[in-house]
Amino acid sequence: MPAALVNVPPKARRGDVIEIKTLMSHIMETGYRHTAAGDVVPRDIITSFTCRYNGTEIFRADFFPAIAANPFMSFFTVAKDSGKFEFEWIGDNGFSETASAAITVE
Amino acid sequence: MHRTQTRRRFLSLAGGAAVAGALPVVSVRPLQATPAMLNSAIRNVVGEAPVRTGKVTLDIPPLVENGNTVPMTVRVASPMTATDFVKSIHVFNEKNPQPNIGNFYIGASAGRAQVSTRIRLADSQKVVAIAQLSDGSFWSASAEVIVTLAACTEEVN
Repeated sequence: MPAALVNVPPKARRGDVIEIKTLMSHIMETGYRHTAAGDVVPRDIITSFTCRYNGTEIFRADFFPAIAANPFMSFFTVAKDSGKFEFEWIGDNGFSETASAAITVE
Repeated sequence: MHRTQTRRRFLSLAGGAAVAGALPVVSVRPLQATPAMLNSAIRNVVGEAPVRTGKVTLDIPPLVENGNTVPMTVRVASPMTATDFVKSIHVFNEKNPQPNIGNFYIGASAGRAQVSTRIRLADSQKVVAIAQLSDGSFWSASAEVIVTLAACTEEVN
């Protein structure tokens, strides 16, 4: 069962630069590992992460197998209006997860 | 268990993809990216544009015990105004099976051009971060990292 952790300050003043931190549980199997029998373990990674702030995309990332398991991401944005951050992770084998967080801007 | 250990030791002694190719493991992809692959991955992003050194700070520990999770922060010196901002940050490596690590698209609304994540490193190697600015210029920083326990290609138990 995938689980997302997102950390957005619940309150900010207009114009503040705020940090957003996210963590998504995922194995991030590289596709380069072998079993003891010599079989390749198929790749299973998150390939894309997007963050939208009141509908506008403010951050996007392409992930490769070199991103560690349970991808952690920290980035910044300017607090403009109260509203919602929406997060989306998309990956191999139809992986798709979302999360959201609210912010009050004064 | 014994077999795994000797094989691992053999791999570490042998080094190089050429020798690894002689192992009884069937592998269609190369075990290691090469500096040439690093350069072509960078060219795929920047095209023919020149890449200058500076403006970018790449924070990564110089010595890591476990290559499976290496904290990394990339910071770009930029006023982040509507006319002068960082568009994207791209991170590459020299010796993982694949030269790309991640592409991070920010923009004027970020306020601060900084991203952090955790990466995997399969060997002691160079990590390169490149930032694209709103004027189309590219800036880079690189760091050498020594890894004692490699990631990515180990056996699954």
